[in-house]
Amino acid sequence: MLTNLPIMLPAYPEIFLLAAGCAILVIDLFLKDGARWVSYALSLATLLGCAILTVAVTVATGGQPATTFNGMFVSDMMASVLKMCTYVAVAACLVYPRTYLADRGLYRGEYFVLVLFAALGMMVMISASHFLTLYLGLELMSLCLYSLVALDRDSALSTEAAMKYFVLGALASGLLLYGMSMIYGATGSLHIGEVAKGAARILQADQSSKAVLAFGLVFIVSGLAFKVGVVPFHMWIPDVYHGAPSAVTLFISTGPKLAAFAMAIRLLVNALPALAADWQPMLVILSVLSMAIGNLAAIAQSNIKRMLAYSTISHMGFMLLGLLSGVVGGNTLSAPEAWSSAMFYAVVYVLMSLGAFGMVVLLSRSGFEAERIEDFKGLNARSPWLAFMMLLLMFSLAGVPPTVGFYAKLAVLQAVLGAGQVWLAVVAVLFALVGAFYYIRVVKVMYFDEPVESAPVRPRLDAGILLSVNGLAMLALGILPQPLMQVCLQAIKGF
Amino acid sequence: MQFPWLSLSVWVPIVAGLIVLAAGDRNLREAKAIALLGAIIGFAVTIPLVAGFQAGTSAMQFVELAPWVPRFNMNYHLGVDGISVLFILLNSFITVLVVIAGWEVIKEKVAQYMAAFLVMSGLLNGTFAALDAVLFYVFFEATLIPMYLVIGVWGGPNRVYAAVKFFLYTLLGSLLMLLAFLYLYNKSGGSFAVLDYHKLPLPLNVQIVLFIAFLMAFAVKVPMWPVHTWLPDAHVEAPTGGSAVLAAILLKLGAYGFIRFSLPILPDASHYLAGLMITLSLIAIAYIGLVALVQTDMKKLIAYSSISHMGFVTLGFFIFNAYGMEGGLVQMISHGFVSAALFLCVGVMYDRMHSRNIADYGGVVNTMPRFAALMMLFAMANCGLPATSGFVGEFMVILGAMKFNFWIAVIAGTTLVFGAAYTLWMYKRVIFGEVGNAHVAALTDANSRELLVLGVLAVAVLWLGLHPAPFTEIMHASVNDLLRHLAVSKL
Repeated sequence: MLTNLPIMLPAYPEIFLLAAGCAILVIDLFLKDGARWVSYALSLATLLGCAILTVAVTVATGGQPATTFNGMFVSDMMASVLKMCTYVAVAACLVYPRTYLADRGLYRGEYFVLVLFAALGMMVMISASHFLTLYLGLELMSLCLYSLVALDRDSALSTEAAMKYFVLGALASGLLLYGMSMIYGATGSLHIGEVAKGAARILQADQSSKAVLAFGLVFIVSGLAFKVGVVPFHMWIPDVYHGAPSAVTLFISTGPKLAAFAMAIRLLVNALPALAADWQPMLVILSVLSMAIGNLAAIAQSNIKRMLAYSTISHMGFMLLGLLSGVVGGNTLSAPEAWSSAMFYAVVYVLMSLGAFGMVVLLSRSGFEAERIEDFKGLNARSPWLAFMMLLLMFSLAGVPPTVGFYAKLAVLQAVLGAGQVWLAVVAVLFALVGAFYYIRVVKVMYFDEPVESAPVRPRLDAGILLSVNGLAMLALGILPQPLMQVCLQAIKGF
Repeated sequence: MQFPWLSLSVWVPIVAGLIVLAAGDRNLREAKAIALLGAIIGFAVTIPLVAGFQAGTSAMQFVELAPWVPRFNMNYHLGVDGISVLFILLNSFITVLVVIAGWEVIKEKVAQYMAAFLVMSGLLNGTFAALDAVLFYVFFEATLIPMYLVIGVWGGPNRVYAAVKFFLYTLLGSLLMLLAFLYLYNKSGGSFAVLDYHKLPLPLNVQIVLFIAFLMAFAVKVPMWPVHTWLPDAHVEAPTGGSAVLAAILLKLGAYGFIRFSLPILPDASHYLAGLMITLSLIAIAYIGLVALVQTDMKKLIAYSSISHMGFVTLGFFIFNAYGMEGGLVQMISHGFVSAALFLCVGVMYDRMHSRNIADYGGVVNTMPRFAALMMLFAMANCGLPATSGFVGEFMVILGAMKFNFWIAVIAGTTLVFGAAYTLWMYKRVIFGEVGNAHVAALTDANSRELLVLGVLAVAVLWLGLHPAPFTEIMHASVNDLLRHLAVSKL
């Protein structure tokens, strides 16, 4: 074992982020409005520091799982990879909306600090190896998100969205906690590794006490489904995405998805693999419903934030397909492939979502929210480059090659077919077809329609470059998807 | 490792297209020049493929193989046989003509227009050359993006409807094909190599399901009755160049898919379902021929005529003899020339009159004699007059059908009557007679650019009609190999 390492080493990135976040909170108090860029730069530097520390931790542990805090906290390959993706997503959520926030008087220290603490919550969730750690991270993230949604205090829409989010989120956390307590009652442990052993033991020894486990599982899956945002626990998503300031929507739709994916892996795959035969059918229902309702409801939307919200639901449903194809009849031989396809899907989805919501943020000006689909009319005439980037993002979301969204779908479909679930794959592609309709409608609006206004779009240089990188990444990862796929596979094999 | 001519034929047009896109409308002259240059170089690099092609073998030639996505065992695997090499040549050739044809006619977003066609040309070459199923799928699907934009941006009044319909129809088919590929991947123990699939044994019921999945993809592209309804819309609304590429090349993807995937991978299902395929083909030939007769819009008429002619191609494939197969292939190439030429002819008139309605014309020969003469040739080729390319393919398919079943040949033969009827009747109403109205009287004859494009196509049509041997010799070995594959059961 890695006994010669400092005892808290696996948690160094989190400790650093916590310290830096507190420091920024204090420093920002002494900054004048004109010097707000200092907080911005410090936040980005903090994320960079976290990235360096994460790499250092991974190198120091050699990619092997390393635990600390009495085994409540683990740093393994999956955690490292997901954290790195989270840093990228969070950094983008700082860069994209600078102008947007400044125009609305939201460009204040609170935004940076809340975003950083939410990121901390995600990291704790990603690295949790104990139910309590997981819950702690989840709550830290969620509370930051609730307040971020309400960041624009004077907007009734935002306040309403925050209230909805909070009430439903608290309910979901309660469900999750209740489920965990049942599992604890059955297995006598909250530690994920112990839970897995205990559950396997119970299933072998005595089928009758399985009922408690199954009962707890139902609550856990419900809580999880709420956090991931899949039907029928999806009702908050369109309202929150719509009501929150676009900058916050951008944030909610990206990093937390990675954390939710990690939570699903920790709870279902690490803690309760013995119950796979029970949670797989649940996920099938959640997934099919999400793809159906998400895609069908998205067609009817005229607000692009709502449309993308429903598209999120359908994408998360698709991602669950990869998760549920791992175990086939108790056999986990091809499970890493299936789970890594889900992880690849989640990472790719976050990249696409960053770009799409980033575009919504960039097109908004002071006093004007570019949130109706009509606001994209004739974008090709106003800014051919931005329109082209959005085109790549939309085709990627639709899963049309040669963009990376296609490979994400391909990998998941391959996992589903590999598990022998042909009908599930057919359902998935049919709803992917439905999904294509509303994505190409955005392309249609941008390219085929005449612009309503002729003002050219000039984003800040840094945001413009980031969006170009983001859009071109769709193409670059689409032409060469191997590295990212391989990283995901290694990450899943590494726990 | 030999010189990567195939990669060049794929990537030269794509890179040229991206440069044109970057140059943009602000540097219009340069952008156009690069577009033309890219198209010509793109065509030039396909000539070594034909010149260096060894006709005696059915093996894949100019093979390029490099690992692409080892995680799923996907490879960058290109290669051509006697069938695909001809389509690469045809495609690159038509691209040059389309760029020239759009030279002055397109007024808005010219650079994007040219770029879309160049990128599409490269992607289509990739589709014909790909020997890896996913690589094929990527190219096959990626062509949707530029075509969607071409129809939607530069198309006619109802372009949005047509573009969306085109996109969704084709996507539906190809998604099912993707599932079929994934199934074969799992079945073959983790390979996406198309040539491996040719040897893979499969039970009949699986073959039938896979055949139907492929059929969904390819039938929509061909298009076969009853999934043809996107084509008249897309054709009519697309700009001239779009219609020409759509008819000349994109439709060939479907038929090519039958040859590369359905027939050799699923021979038993092909035999089992041949009756269905022949019936659908005959319906396309006869029924769609009749539908073409009543069209009042020239482009729509040619679009329906395309469906009818492609029915001949699928008929030729599913009667399983050398005449039918080679006849179908010759018909594909011939239709590539003739339909492109006819759409370009309509384009020449449309640019002057801004109408596609047959009723708006009459007596065009009086004002545009040289144009009328060239169009006469293409109209004749469309009805299958001997000495034009249209005759060779149709004659061979009917000959093959005769060997297969007398009555099928009789029904197929009706196309000679219907084809002549709708083409010549349209030609008569548009070109002959008294000058119809003042607009026609004001027409000017085709300019040198238009004459060049149509003249080159006329030479191609006559060459293929009078001396098809160079084309059939190249495809001969591959066709025989395909028939051998078809004769061996995989059960």
